[in-house]
Amino acid sequence: MSELLEVRHATKVFGGGRLFRKRAGMVALDDFSLAVQSEPPTITAIVGESGSGKTTIARLLLGLTSPTSGEVLYRGNNIQSLTREKRLQYLRDVQVIFQDPYEVYNPFYKVDHVLKTPITEFRLATSTQEAQRLMEETLNAVGLRPEETLGRHPHQLSGGQRQRIMVARALLIQPRLIIADEPVSMVDASLRATILESLRLLHLQFGISMLYITHDLTTAYQISQNIIVLYKGEVAEAGDVDLVVKTPQHPYTQLLIDSIPAIDPSKTWKKEKLVGDPSARVSTAAQGCKFADRCPYVMDICRNEAPPLFRTDEGRAAACFLYRDRPQLGGSDMNQVLGTHALAVPEGAGRVVA
Amino acid sequence: MALTQSKWGMAERTLEPAILEVRDLTVHYHTSRGAVQAVNAVSFDIREHERFGLVGESGSGKSTIALALLRLIRPPGRIENGRVVLDGVDLLALDDEAMRKMRLAKVALVAQGAMNSLNPVARIRAQLRDALQDHDVELSPKALDKRIKELLDSVGLRREVAYMFPHELSGGMKQRVCIAIAISLRPKLIIADEPTSALDVVVQRQVMDTLLTVSEELGASILLIGHDMGLMAQVADRVGIMYAGNFVEVSPSSGLFREPLHPYSQLLINSLPSLESKGRLQGIPGLPPSLLDRPTGCAFRTRCPRAFDRCVTEEPLLREAQPDRWVSCHLY
Repeated sequence: MSELLEVRHATKVFGGGRLFRKRAGMVALDDFSLAVQSEPPTITAIVGESGSGKTTIARLLLGLTSPTSGEVLYRGNNIQSLTREKRLQYLRDVQVIFQDPYEVYNPFYKVDHVLKTPITEFRLATSTQEAQRLMEETLNAVGLRPEETLGRHPHQLSGGQRQRIMVARALLIQPRLIIADEPVSMVDASLRATILESLRLLHLQFGISMLYITHDLTTAYQISQNIIVLYKGEVAEAGDVDLVVKTPQHPYTQLLIDSIPAIDPSKTWKKEKLVGDPSARVSTAAQGCKFADRCPYVMDICRNEAPPLFRTDEGRAAACFLYRDRPQLGGSDMNQVLGTHALAVPEGAGRVVA
Repeated sequence: MALTQSKWGMAERTLEPAILEVRDLTVHYHTSRGAVQAVNAVSFDIREHERFGLVGESGSGKSTIALALLRLIRPPGRIENGRVVLDGVDLLALDDEAMRKMRLAKVALVAQGAMNSLNPVARIRAQLRDALQDHDVELSPKALDKRIKELLDSVGLRREVAYMFPHELSGGMKQRVCIAIAISLRPKLIIADEPTSALDVVVQRQVMDTLLTVSEELGASILLIGHDMGLMAQVADRVGIMYAGNFVEVSPSSGLFREPLHPYSQLLINSLPSLESKGRLQGIPGLPPSLLDRPTGCAFRTRCPRAFDRCVTEEPLLREAQPDRWVSCHLY
C-alpha cells in the first residue's frame, strides 16, 4: 500500500432534519474517491465553483470533518481513529495552507510563533540556535528575507508575506503532502505568481506532493499535472491537466473554460445562452446528472440516470453520457487516469524571486 | 464620432466628449503616523459611452477614487484637492444635500459586496421603491409596479423576484438586483467597484453581460474597478493602471495588452498566468512603497528593473507617449 491518504466513497451531507422534520439535506460531496500517493510526488488540482465540494474534500482529508458515509484512510487506517503515534505521524506527513493569510495568525504573537511551534512540537531542533537557523533557512526557501520577517507582528506584514510564511511553516515539517486550499485567492496578482512559483519549487526540490484546491482554472493549469473538476459534489472530469484544459470534454468544463475572460482583448469572450440557475440547491432527492438543467447537450438518459465516469482517453475520464460508448470507470478507479509522471523542471527553476 | 459598436469588441471613440473630468484629485487619510497619500493628484477623463477600467494592487488607491467621486470618503480620509466635474457639475463644490441627490441620479455605485448591502428584512420591491422615492420620483402604485418590472426585466430577473427577500436569491441574482437599483434613475456614470469578484466565473460572465447591456441601453459610461486583468481586457475600452496612488499608464486596452509601455504594466501583464501556455510564473519582486512615506522620484523605482538615476530625483509625469497612450515614466 503506497497510498498516503485515501478517500473511499465519501459522501458528505449537511443539514437534513432527522429528529423533528424529514428534510433532504444538502449534498456537499457525493461518493467521492481519491487516493494520494506520496511516490512519485505529483500536484493534483481540485477545481470547482463555490458549493462544488472542493473545500469539503480538504476538510475530510485533514480530519476536520467526518464523512456521512465512506471513509478517509491514512496509510490504511481510518483517520478518525488513529493511534496517538500514527496521529503524530499523520500531522507530520500532511500539512495545510489555508486561503486567508489574515485569519490564521494570532495578532498578539509575533510571526515567529507559527514557525517555532512546529519546531518545538516535533522536536525539529535541539538548541535555540538550531531552531533559529532552521527558521531562517525555510524563510529563504520561500523567498522571504528572515531579517525582514522574524520578530514582526502579523499586522506589520503584507498578505503575500504572511501567506509565504504559511508556506514556510508547511515546509519546515518536511511533509509528504501539502493541501493548499485557495492559497492565492486573497493575494494580489503580482504576488500570486511568486507564491505559486515557490509552491512549485517545494514540489520539485523536496518531492512534496500537493493537492491544490482552487476555483481558478488558470493557476491550476499552470502548476498541476492532474486536475479534477468538481460540479456540485461530483467529479465532472478528471485527468491530465493539458488534456482537460486544452480539449475539455464535459459540457461543464467547456462552460467553465469559456467563461474565463482572456487577457487578450482581441479574443472575444464567448457568449452563450445559459440555461437554468447556476446556484440552485441540490438535494439528495435529485436524480440523474446534476448538470442536466444547464447542459446544452442534455438527453433523456441524463434526467434519469447519474452518469458514471467514462474513460475517454488514456489519461482522462468524463462523467457524461455523451461518451457512453467508452469504457466505464468504477467510482474508485479515478486514479487510473491521474498520471503519476513527475513534473518537468522548467527552465530557470531553482531560484525564488523575493 | 462613429461608434463601431460591438458588445465585446473595441469601439473606436476618439472624439467622444468627456462625461467625467477628474483633475488633480488628492485624497489623504490622516492617521496618527501622518497622512497616508492614498490618491496623489490623479487626473483622468471618462468619455461618453466609454467603459473605463481602473486596475491596481490592493492599496493602490483605486477604491478610494471611487469613493471620492461619490464624495463618500469618511474621516480620517479627506479630499485635499482637485476637481471632479460630472456632466458639467463640479461635484466637490456641491453642498451635501445636492450631492446626495446626484448620487444614483447621475452617478451610481455597484460595490464589491453589493449583494450584501441589500436589506435582509425588506423585499426586493421595497428596496427598489425606496431608491426611487428617495430621489423624489413620485409614481402611482400602478406606474411603480410597471417601473419595477421594467427594471427587473432589464437585468434579466423574473418579476416574482420583486416579492422575494435577499436570502432567497443567489449571489449573482443579488448582484443583478443591485445593478437594477443602480440604473433605476438612469445615471450618466456607473461606478462598478469589483462587481463580480465574489462570484464564480460562470456567474461573473452573466453579471458582467447584464451590466454592459443595461449601460449600453442607458448610454451610461462605466468606471470598472478591479484587479482581474482578464476581465479588463474583455470589458474596458481604456484602462488606467494605478500604482501607489497614481496612474502609471492610461491606454486603450487593445494597445495596453498587446504592448504595455510602463515597466510596471509590463511586469504585471507578464505575471498573469494564462490558459494558453505554461511557463515559469514570474511575480514582481519587492513590495509597493508605504504611502505614509513615498520614495522620492518615481514610486515604482524601488522595484523597477529599468530604473536609472533620474528616477530617484524627478517624479515622472503622465505624458502622451503614443497617440492616446499616456505613460508616466522617464523612459518615454
